[in-house]
Amino acid sequence: MRLRAMNDTAHTPPPRAIEAQGLARSFGGRRALAGVDLGVGHGECLTVFGPNGAGKTTLIKLLATLCRPSAGRAWVDGMDIRSQSVEVRRRLGVVTHSTYLYNELTVSENLRFYGRMYRIPDMEQRIREVVSQVRLESRIHDRVGTLSHGMQKRVSIARAVLHNPSILLLDEPESGLDLHAALMMRDILDTMNSGDRTVVMTTHNMERGLAIADHVAILHRGRIVYHAPKREIEVSGFQGIYSQHTS
Amino acid sequence: MRETFISIFAIFWKDILSGLRTKEILTSVLVFGLLVLVIFNFAFEPGAGIRESVAPGILWVALVFAGVLGLNRTFDPEKENSCIEGLMLCPVERHVIYWGKLASSLTFMLMVAVIITPIFLALFDLPLFLPRLALIIALASLGFSAIGSLFSALSVGTRARDLLLPILFLPVAVPIIIAAVESTGLILEGRPWGDMWTWLQIMIAFDIIFLVISTLVFEFVVEE
Repeated sequence: MRLRAMNDTAHTPPPRAIEAQGLARSFGGRRALAGVDLGVGHGECLTVFGPNGAGKTTLIKLLATLCRPSAGRAWVDGMDIRSQSVEVRRRLGVVTHSTYLYNELTVSENLRFYGRMYRIPDMEQRIREVVSQVRLESRIHDRVGTLSHGMQKRVSIARAVLHNPSILLLDEPESGLDLHAALMMRDILDTMNSGDRTVVMTTHNMERGLAIADHVAILHRGRIVYHAPKREIEVSGFQGIYSQHTS
Repeated sequence: MRETFISIFAIFWKDILSGLRTKEILTSVLVFGLLVLVIFNFAFEPGAGIRESVAPGILWVALVFAGVLGLNRTFDPEKENSCIEGLMLCPVERHVIYWGKLASSLTFMLMVAVIITPIFLALFDLPLFLPRLALIIALASLGFSAIGSLFSALSVGTRARDLLLPILFLPVAVPIIIAAVESTGLILEGRPWGDMWTWLQIMIAFDIIFLVISTLVFEFVVEE
């Protein structure tokens, strides 16, 4: 019996980093997401493109367990986002339009607060590491409210990776940044995306989205209308594919 | 269990730190509470005849309305930069967030009471050392904070938030307010413990009911 159980385990494929089946969400009578199926393997990067109102942010919020799906199911590292939401959140780092930072607290106080919530061992050392990664050592004792938007975004990235999550959900991480700040952000994200971290990123920026993607999806009116590995895509022709699927 | 307490304390400490930095809420609430006491002090000439009948009401008008002002701001820090979502992304059950917010709003209410109550006692020429009154204030503040933290989370995303919280809060808090006013009256009359036991029981019962219900429904309030 034990041998059989072991064999079963051996034949069970390891769960994908992210799996969604028929994921849907309505707000009142409006359907923001209308049955999304997707799968992202460990260490892969999925870029989701789509026009405003396509459901990109809703998809990220559902995967991040910030709201409940109206229908369908999703798993993160094999864990159900409804019934195992605490364990799911432990594996996720999330960067969105909002920074999730308290303006009245300093950079280090913000990170220490989130560090306590994530029970990070050797927290002071880890805070120094992530602050150094986002190149804000000189502003660590400054209140977040006194930092520029670009700097706040960098602190937000430090917050998201503080607990060394295996999966990053990035919802238009470069929105609202000037060119210099956006370039620095790309640099930081490239460093953090390296290795076996899984990334799901939504963006309007095609050049950027395609540069880091292993898979590309287009979301339109709450549905995935296009999904392909990047190796199958002619990058120069992607604008045409996008226009064709979102018009 | 220990981890839960660490998370609750982290939220509590973050709120205290943030509140002490801004000072605007505590200052405005204290000014409001003191104004109420001073105005009522002029309206009713302090004297043995009216002391027992109006003094408890005056104290609780000041504490309740000052408290509502403060409770309205409980989730303010979570609104800026969508910090409530940052909290909800933390690997803790939703009720841990509620208990953290409850701890900070209870501390806030007790701080207001610690400043307002001695001034009230002095203005109305009452004895300053009333340990039984401290117990009543603690029980009532716990009930107010339990309801207020939940309704504050409910109203924070609405445009009519300043109006919505009192409309939701005051009718639900009526049993605790009545019990607090009645037992304060009995204390000021110098009546024994036994006379106020019924009111104490009502306050304890409502505190438990509000804490349990709020803990259970908070998840749905913040997620929907």
